[in-house]
Amino acid sequence: MLPALIALTPLAGTLLPPALQRHGRSACALAAAAPTALALCALLVCLPAVFAGQAVEFRAAWIPQLGLSLSFVVDGLSAFFALLILGTGLLVTLYARYYMPAADAMGRFYGYLLLFQGSMLGIVLSDNVLALVVFWELTSLSSFLLIGYWHTRPGSRQGARMALVVTGGGGLALLAGLLVLGGIAGSYELSEIIERRDAVRSSPLFSVALALVLLGAFTKSAQFPFHFWLPHAMAAPTPVSAYLHSATMVKAGIFLLARLWPVFAGSGPWFVLLGGVGLATMLIAAWIALFRNDLKLLLAYSTVSHLGMIVMLLGFGTPAAAVAAVFHILNHALFKASLFMNAGIVDHEAGARDMTRLGGLARVMPVSAAMAAIAAAAMAGVPLLNGFLSKEMMLEQASGTVYAGVAWLVPVLATLGALLSTAYSVRLLRSVYFGETRYAAAQVPHDPPPGMSLPVAVLIVPIVLIGVFPALAAPLVERAASAVVGASLAPLELVLWHGLTPALGMSLAALLGGLALALSVSRTSRLLARLPRPDAKLLYERGVDAGVAAARWCIERSHSGELARYVACIVVAILAVAATGFLGGTHETGSRPALPASGGALVGWVVLAAACIAALLGHRDRLLLLILTGAVGLVVALTFALFSAPDLALTQISVEVVAVVLLLLALNLMPKTTPRETSTLKRCFDGVVAGAAGLAAAGGALAVLTRGFDPISAYHLAEAKPAAAGSNVVNVILVDFRAFDTFGEIIVLGIAGIAIVALLDPALREAAARGASAQVANSPAPPSPLLAVGTRLLLPLVLTAALYLLLRGHNLPGGGFIAGVVVAIAFLMQYVASGHDWAARRARLDAHSLIGGGILLAGLAGMGSWLAGSAFLTSAHGHFSLPLLGQVEWSSVLLFDLGVFATVVGTVLLALATLARVKGPVIETVAQEQVGKVARAEPQRVRRRGSA
Amino acid sequence: MELLVASAIGLLTAVGVYLTLRRRTLPVTIGLTFLSYAVNLFLFSMGRLAVDQPPIVSTGRAAYADPLPQALVLTAIVISLGMTALMVVMAIRGYLETRSDEAAVRPGDAVRDFGGSTARTDA
Repeated sequence: MLPALIALTPLAGTLLPPALQRHGRSACALAAAAPTALALCALLVCLPAVFAGQAVEFRAAWIPQLGLSLSFVVDGLSAFFALLILGTGLLVTLYARYYMPAADAMGRFYGYLLLFQGSMLGIVLSDNVLALVVFWELTSLSSFLLIGYWHTRPGSRQGARMALVVTGGGGLALLAGLLVLGGIAGSYELSEIIERRDAVRSSPLFSVALALVLLGAFTKSAQFPFHFWLPHAMAAPTPVSAYLHSATMVKAGIFLLARLWPVFAGSGPWFVLLGGVGLATMLIAAWIALFRNDLKLLLAYSTVSHLGMIVMLLGFGTPAAAVAAVFHILNHALFKASLFMNAGIVDHEAGARDMTRLGGLARVMPVSAAMAAIAAAAMAGVPLLNGFLSKEMMLEQASGTVYAGVAWLVPVLATLGALLSTAYSVRLLRSVYFGETRYAAAQVPHDPPPGMSLPVAVLIVPIVLIGVFPALAAPLVERAASAVVGASLAPLELVLWHGLTPALGMSLAALLGGLALALSVSRTSRLLARLPRPDAKLLYERGVDAGVAAARWCIERSHSGELARYVACIVVAILAVAATGFLGGTHETGSRPALPASGGALVGWVVLAAACIAALLGHRDRLLLLILTGAVGLVVALTFALFSAPDLALTQISVEVVAVVLLLLALNLMPKTTPRETSTLKRCFDGVVAGAAGLAAAGGALAVLTRGFDPISAYHLAEAKPAAAGSNVVNVILVDFRAFDTFGEIIVLGIAGIAIVALLDPALREAAARGASAQVANSPAPPSPLLAVGTRLLLPLVLTAALYLLLRGHNLPGGGFIAGVVVAIAFLMQYVASGHDWAARRARLDAHSLIGGGILLAGLAGMGSWLAGSAFLTSAHGHFSLPLLGQVEWSSVLLFDLGVFATVVGTVLLALATLARVKGPVIETVAQEQVGKVARAEPQRVRRRGSA
Repeated sequence: MELLVASAIGLLTAVGVYLTLRRRTLPVTIGLTFLSYAVNLFLFSMGRLAVDQPPIVSTGRAAYADPLPQALVLTAIVISLGMTALMVVMAIRGYLETRSDEAAVRPGDAVRDFGGSTARTDA
């Protein structure tokens, strides 16, 4: 449980600081510190076990089908990183309390910070690689939020976007890489992948997995050529730079490399890529850092350089190099975080970060200057400070490494990197704290409040302690390093004095050379300023612009906004897929005996074919097209009736009535003819596409119809009577066996009805209604009194018939759907014959409530089964006896069917009545012979019609 | 009989596709109605054809038509009615808004919110 607690406490605490926003910044800071401290306590409880060589584990299944689990493991390496994350986190929380401007919303800031902290802990603790990727992307996201924290500044937004694109993109590569890795190993648990490393190494996909994982790690840890995002991330508030961009997030890539070290290390590509990229990054970034004037930029490039050095060490693939890498991770986090906080102090007090505007601050800020001197000296590699030790270990490893067959290459370049590191450290110190006193603030700068100095001091102490007594760090480094290499190492001896080794000589050369370079750098920098340099940011932006332009070009070429074109694309694509399948298969018809064609069927087919051809030829006359549609629908209904589907025939015929009325209402409002707009060529093309689609559909249907089959519905036929007490199997399937589907379908139907009202209501209320009345007024059609009286007399009869259909549905053709449409037709006839207002005034049922009530009733009927302890929508049935009537059969599905019925009635009525209202006013006026009155009341409407 | 049904499905599909490829909204809607007929018949025919064997259980009968495709098609018919209604209403709304029943979005088309509070230019 403890490992999960470490990772999840900060995530759970994310909402705490924003909730306390109003209680001031100290409350917010405390709210952020509390989860961090709690997680730190949980970690400390785990530490004894870790130092005893055990891993503390927590495993819980999440989505086992996908291999996704929540498994957290605290071992040497993850405990090492978790300590860094939580320790620095506490210090940064305190520091930010004093650093952030008073106007900033601290709750939001600390919320983001906790989100980041939890995600970062998730990365280092997660044993499941899929969960690891989720946490990995969460750090990219929270880093985006933190860099863009001052979102009103363009630089912040740009930097945040760039960081997200680079690290988020790398995260996608990492996801692919880890999926490949998990696929090879057969498990997504890191520990199992590492266990099966031999299988992974011999897989042909090994290099693919390696390349993708490295892409993820290199983008995250800002390795060349993906280094450019980190300097731009310096737009973040300085506490964020100190936390994310020096101590923790940029080390996520390195963590991953260390985690997967047992799988990859020692292979050829690993050595070449990590060694080469790490060395190149170390040199290039150090060189750039030397000429930066912005304090934070200098530190950012220096961070990139040191990360390169760690990557190189991991690339060497020897246990000793891994020890050096782990040790330097610790040392770098200590001195770089303190230097960043120091840069923040300078910015805060002296009002500038630009070194050309600063100088001699040691006189006014002695404490800060002393701490900066110690941290910078550690970065430079001065003996008796921690940076010296790991740098010498690095040089020692480098001196024995042969790269690309050249023995001197790595040692010389590594020494050069160390030399540059010394040079920029000296330059930083000299130009900020020494020389003539200069600053940009209004008043004389002084040492900051203790809240800002204390975190720096807490980091300075171990820098010195480790520097003087290296053995203090030995247990932690040893446990972490042995977790990296996956085997217990020989007891580690970290000592200050190794004797006169080549590494000592290289170290001294770097120190002295760096000092000399730093003292001469002002001349060089003027020379360098005139040289053109490729700017990675510019290249990146050009790349992004080109991508956007390409996307726009594609969209403009492919999207004309014409529906016909899209439909043609879809149909042709489907036909192409079907054609590939067709050409690859056999084409003979099946052997199922055919039914003999009856005379009635032939007549129906002829009617259908004639209607189809007439529709093709005469579709410009829209009324004709509607009539032909009705005829086709009728033949389809008869087809259902012929082939033993009475329920379908009833449904089709009643739906057909509604559909035709609906389309007639629409036609009333729209043009009555379709103009001829397309060229003959286009029509031929459409004809060919349509013909091919028809042939394909006919062929497919024939192929199926002539073959035998083994249906699954034998079960439904056998069980309908005993299990569901109904003999109409179609209805039983709808309301019992597959009732959950039906439940979903009536919800869809209800949504459609409400969407129709939403679409038409505003149009009704507004100017659009003017146009609509104008259309209708051109074709006044007074309703016949005979029709009105007839429909009113018919209403109770139709309602009775519908009730009968509903009740008998379970055993004979009928049911909720059919009865619903029939009732809707009965009401609809009143609207058609007597006008909208007459019918609407007499309607006691609100269509909206019918829809909602119907769905609710169906749902409640389903939930009723919970009372009996059965699953949702389980049916119950039985008999009871009534006086006079005798035995009566009942079934709970009748309630469900009643819900279906109400929803269908509501939807159809709502849709048609809304449509009818568009023409409502005018029909009404004709019916009640009030034309003149309306025209007088609404002269404006008439005038507009005249001018149109 | 199988050939008749299959060819009817083919005819309905062809007319449906041809009408959906037209440039105006109403023919497109009716084209979709034709396609629904075709699809429903196709789905129905997956249960093969049977005459005088309605799936209503009664004693003394052994053979029944396949009820499962029928149940699927029954809901499909009702849902396709809902879809047609929605399409028709969209066509009407589009026509009232733009004074054109073209099934296309042009760069100059007035686009308004559902609330419809912003005035439409009468130009």
